[in-house]
Amino acid sequence: MSITPTNLRIVSTLKKHSMASLIEKGLRIDGRRLDEFREITIIPNYIAKAEGSAYVKVGGTVVIAGLKVGVGSPFPDTPNDGVITVNAEFVPFASPTFEPGPPDENAIELARVIDRSIRELRVIDLSKLAIIPGEKVYILWLDIYVFDHDGNLLDASMLAAMTTLLVAKIPKAEVKEDKNVELNKEDKASLPINNKVVTVTIGKVNNKLIVDPTVDEEQILECKLAVSISEDGRIAGMQKMGTGIFTEEEILEAISLAKNASKTLFSKINEAIKKAQ
Amino acid sequence: MKSESIKLIDEKGLRIDGRKPDELRPVIMEVGVLKNADGSAYVQQGNTKVIAAVYGPREIHPKHLTLPDRAILRTRYHMVPYSTDERKSPAPTRREIELSKVIREALEAVIFVELYPRTTIDVFIEVIQADAGTRTAGIMAASLALADAGIPMRDLVAAVAVGKVNGQLVLDINQLEDEYGEADMPIAMMPSLGKIVLLQLNGVLTEEEFKKALELAKKGIMKLYEYEQQALKKKYVEIKPEEV
Repeated sequence: MSITPTNLRIVSTLKKHSMASLIEKGLRIDGRRLDEFREITIIPNYIAKAEGSAYVKVGGTVVIAGLKVGVGSPFPDTPNDGVITVNAEFVPFASPTFEPGPPDENAIELARVIDRSIRELRVIDLSKLAIIPGEKVYILWLDIYVFDHDGNLLDASMLAAMTTLLVAKIPKAEVKEDKNVELNKEDKASLPINNKVVTVTIGKVNNKLIVDPTVDEEQILECKLAVSISEDGRIAGMQKMGTGIFTEEEILEAISLAKNASKTLFSKINEAIKKAQ
Repeated sequence: MKSESIKLIDEKGLRIDGRKPDELRPVIMEVGVLKNADGSAYVQQGNTKVIAAVYGPREIHPKHLTLPDRAILRTRYHMVPYSTDERKSPAPTRREIELSKVIREALEAVIFVELYPRTTIDVFIEVIQADAGTRTAGIMAASLALADAGIPMRDLVAAVAVGKVNGQLVLDINQLEDEYGEADMPIAMMPSLGKIVLLQLNGVLTEEEFKKALELAKKGIMKLYEYEQQALKKKYVEIKPEEV
């Protein structure tokens, strides 16, 4: 059951007022423009034990994504495709409002939005991840962990997820007797990547739209629209979040804001990967 | 991955169930279908069948969930095990948890929650037969049930999914079009106010396609809004004087 949240982060009324009145004038409390991202740090291959990983910091938000690989059975409706599973967890120390336990609706929504964008855009060519078609395929577990919450968890998580997939090296599968499959960790190859995707979350405050809201700004947002954008500028998914309303014009404006901001994100990913090689 | 080879639109431009691209499935809406709930409604769109019920505003248990300045909203979207081709476990799936959230957020934008401080309004949606468009049918059933329960709202909510199949945009997709299509965009609006309360896109669209999809959705939504109003009126016109 989804319940109106009651354990919200407390932001002083004065701060809320100053954030809102600044945004009204086209300014932000941290000095940014309305359409500007905070400083972004991406460190690929942050976790050596994972087949791929990335540390991402957006402002004060810290996310680490990691990829682990196994062998398993394909889904009956896609017998010749590998399987990718996206999971997200908000660890309890990342925010005073997070609690231990299974992923809540926010973590589930975040993981599913990322999963859908990756799947629908065919970011990974899953058909190349079959080992014995119909029987054995690669299973990719993409786990996204939020370690510090300073707002806009979705965009940071998507950056971490995308970078992880781009730098991952998965072990070659060797088919032995009786169709036993072994993964050779000495012989690794990159994932078959078709496309890249990022997510840009746009917040709405008093009919103004802002990019990359901080955790305090999130407390004055009426609602958010997350727009997934492919590197070739197509819309690869959308999700309206929060309790407010959007007009048609606002949605269209949000899409064009997202398209513009996505360029910064792609260049950050590409830069980080180039450095890592 | 989805196979693109299945032909979902024929030479005449008709869809697999004989509809035109901008045609809705047959709709049945009925208000006040349950005895116990404060408000209830049944919505059928093609082969999708949904019942929604509302309890409240009522006291909250556990008490710590109370908000001093408004009602909280509790929403559950649930599919019954026999609603799908393969039995669905009755336990809530990740999909149902996400949909419960987006539906709750959509309804919170519509209800005057500030009129009922320290209470809860509980909205339950049961999908009894699933053939795509269950969240949109569910949110319409919920909005009718809320109106039936007499809860003040800014407007009714009408919702529909636009899909892209064989490269073409189509209104109100069915299960086959959802499974083999290239995009699925559910959208819910307060039709009189022209405000969007729910928007999701699963799939890839260009900006131009999105604009066209939005237009198509709006067309369907206005039609569904009429059906909703008819369904509400029907219940109250039918009440005989001696029952009042």
